[in-house]
Amino acid sequence: MIEFIPPAFIYILGALLVPLLRGKVKSAYMLLLPLISFFFLINVQVGTVWEINFLGFDLVPFKVDRLSLVFAYIFHLISLVGIIYTISFKSDLEYVAGLVYAGSALGVVFAGDLFTFFVFWEMLTVSALWLIWARRTKASQAAGFRYLMVHVFGGLVLLAGIIMYISEQHSISLGFIGLHSPATYCIFIGMGINAAWPLLHTWLPDAYPESTVGGAVFLSAFTTKTAVYALARTFPGTEELIWIGAVMTAFPIFFAVIENDLRRVLSYSLINQVGFMMVGIGIGTQLSINGTAAHAFAHILYKSLLFMSMGAVMFRTGKINATDLGGLYKSMPWTALFCAIGAASISAFPLTSGFVSKSMVIDAAAHGHMSIIWLALVFASAGVFHHSGIKIPFFAFFSHDAGHRVKEAPASMLIAMGIAAFFCIFLGVYPKFLYSILPYPVDFVPYTASHVLFQLQLLMFSALAFTLLLLSGIYPAEIRAINIDTDWFYRKGGRLFYQVMDKGLNAVNRTVERVFIGEFLVGLTRFVRELPGKLLAQICWPFWKTAFDAPDKKTISENLLKRAQSGFYPIGIMGLFAAIYFSLLFLL
Amino acid sequence: MSTEKKHIFDNPKNVKKVLFGLFGSLVLLLCLEPFVHKHSYFAWEKWFGFYAIYGFVACVLLVLAAKYVLRPLVKREEDYYD
Repeated sequence: MIEFIPPAFIYILGALLVPLLRGKVKSAYMLLLPLISFFFLINVQVGTVWEINFLGFDLVPFKVDRLSLVFAYIFHLISLVGIIYTISFKSDLEYVAGLVYAGSALGVVFAGDLFTFFVFWEMLTVSALWLIWARRTKASQAAGFRYLMVHVFGGLVLLAGIIMYISEQHSISLGFIGLHSPATYCIFIGMGINAAWPLLHTWLPDAYPESTVGGAVFLSAFTTKTAVYALARTFPGTEELIWIGAVMTAFPIFFAVIENDLRRVLSYSLINQVGFMMVGIGIGTQLSINGTAAHAFAHILYKSLLFMSMGAVMFRTGKINATDLGGLYKSMPWTALFCAIGAASISAFPLTSGFVSKSMVIDAAAHGHMSIIWLALVFASAGVFHHSGIKIPFFAFFSHDAGHRVKEAPASMLIAMGIAAFFCIFLGVYPKFLYSILPYPVDFVPYTASHVLFQLQLLMFSALAFTLLLLSGIYPAEIRAINIDTDWFYRKGGRLFYQVMDKGLNAVNRTVERVFIGEFLVGLTRFVRELPGKLLAQICWPFWKTAFDAPDKKTISENLLKRAQSGFYPIGIMGLFAAIYFSLLFLL
Repeated sequence: MSTEKKHIFDNPKNVKKVLFGLFGSLVLLLCLEPFVHKHSYFAWEKWFGFYAIYGFVACVLLVLAAKYVLRPLVKREEDYYD
């Protein structure tokens, strides 16, 4: 009887069999994988640790505590939802990549040592890449390549940090690290790149909107949330994270307001939501860590729900820009409804999941009397409603009718969205379920009269602002344009770098070739070729002048040179004859 | 288009109803405030209508800043990177 198989094994090894199966067996098999893995998971005890000694290090490929479990539960749930969503696509590449991707994320959350952690962390990048490339467009290829470059860089920074850290600590166990040395700063930044910190964030709005319809659903769930887990594990209570998080919640909403591609809008709001989690980790109290875990759980559901609804729109209409959409509630009413539920949840309306999770982080900031942070978070809460809560459903499903008359999303997509929507509301109505799986005991009551009222005031008056701005025509019209972000530095900068290198290094190359090969070497060979002849002529001239009845120096010199070049020296011949002569004398 | 079914928001009356619903709920939310016991952390939370005003002002500033400051800085043609 097998007692337990770690989820990462089931997902990753299970994924390899997917391409061998066909038809209904394949669908059933893929749906069973997360369920089997989940079955094993609910039977595992908190505190279970597997240790393997490897080259003198204690590898801990599997270690369970309550923080890992929260993330593992939601990763199972969302991978099941993602599989249902994509089940009709018949794309083996996406299935295998998606399952390996989810498995790697599960590997990270159960890793008990830095080595295992890093291996799964890198697998996350590699598998995610295929979900972007599977779209098979030129834009997705380029975006995937940039994604790879950024994450390989991040991975190297992390690896450098880990190696230095191991040599400092003489241990590879993964636990609290804290910021105190160059090694820990490297680890911090390496994780921060995956968490999409400000200025390091652009891989996310660059790559996710270019991924496949189903790929974006997986992508939105795993990479950033695995980084959230990693930071919560290793850097809780690090004050820098509070400020990083506050900036993260605030700046993306400005970009989201003027962005045309609706999946890019969602990508910006993803960063905004992860910002709340960063603040929670940075505060580092039990309430705030609980808030981070709860918010990650809730966020994965409603963010993937939103990506699913936009994916369904893209699947049916082939369009994703706000300028090309509108009025879709007529032909896709269920998708519109599910999108609205996701939008309400991300906006943290009472009775939705966002309300019961986000308020924990905001309350934790208030407990710590962090007034600026608190104001930023409340501003971001209003802002996220503005661009994700209203803008996404409004421009896709309402607004001006763009004339698309399409079929409702396929049943499998609707079921997947339905499950996610159900959980968005279930967690909001029955928060005890969510609170019972959090890392620490929860002493938090989300539904107080004042809290509900204030949240509603905040949101409804934001809605009023949107309505008035829209009716007055001030609201920025959606424009067919793109907005540059800090990825400009490596996209244009990369090209500039290439040109500088091209012009600079190739010019050096050409100059060196001209000077060294074209002139110096030619000169050197000529010099070497002509030197003996000329020297000979100089030395021998006084003798030859008398010995031969020479007409002039020039002709003799030329003859000598020719002979010298061909190695045919008169002096050599004479020497040879002399040698032969003396040999003969000697022998006879 | 005449054969197509009329949908709910094709009728301007329904759009108006939504708007009036919104305005009504705003008034209601403000009217309820005096009856709610506030347990606040910051002084400004005690001000009447703080959340309402903050939400409204935040969103207006957000949109104005995005439209008049950020967009002129970052907007490029769609083929900018090609």
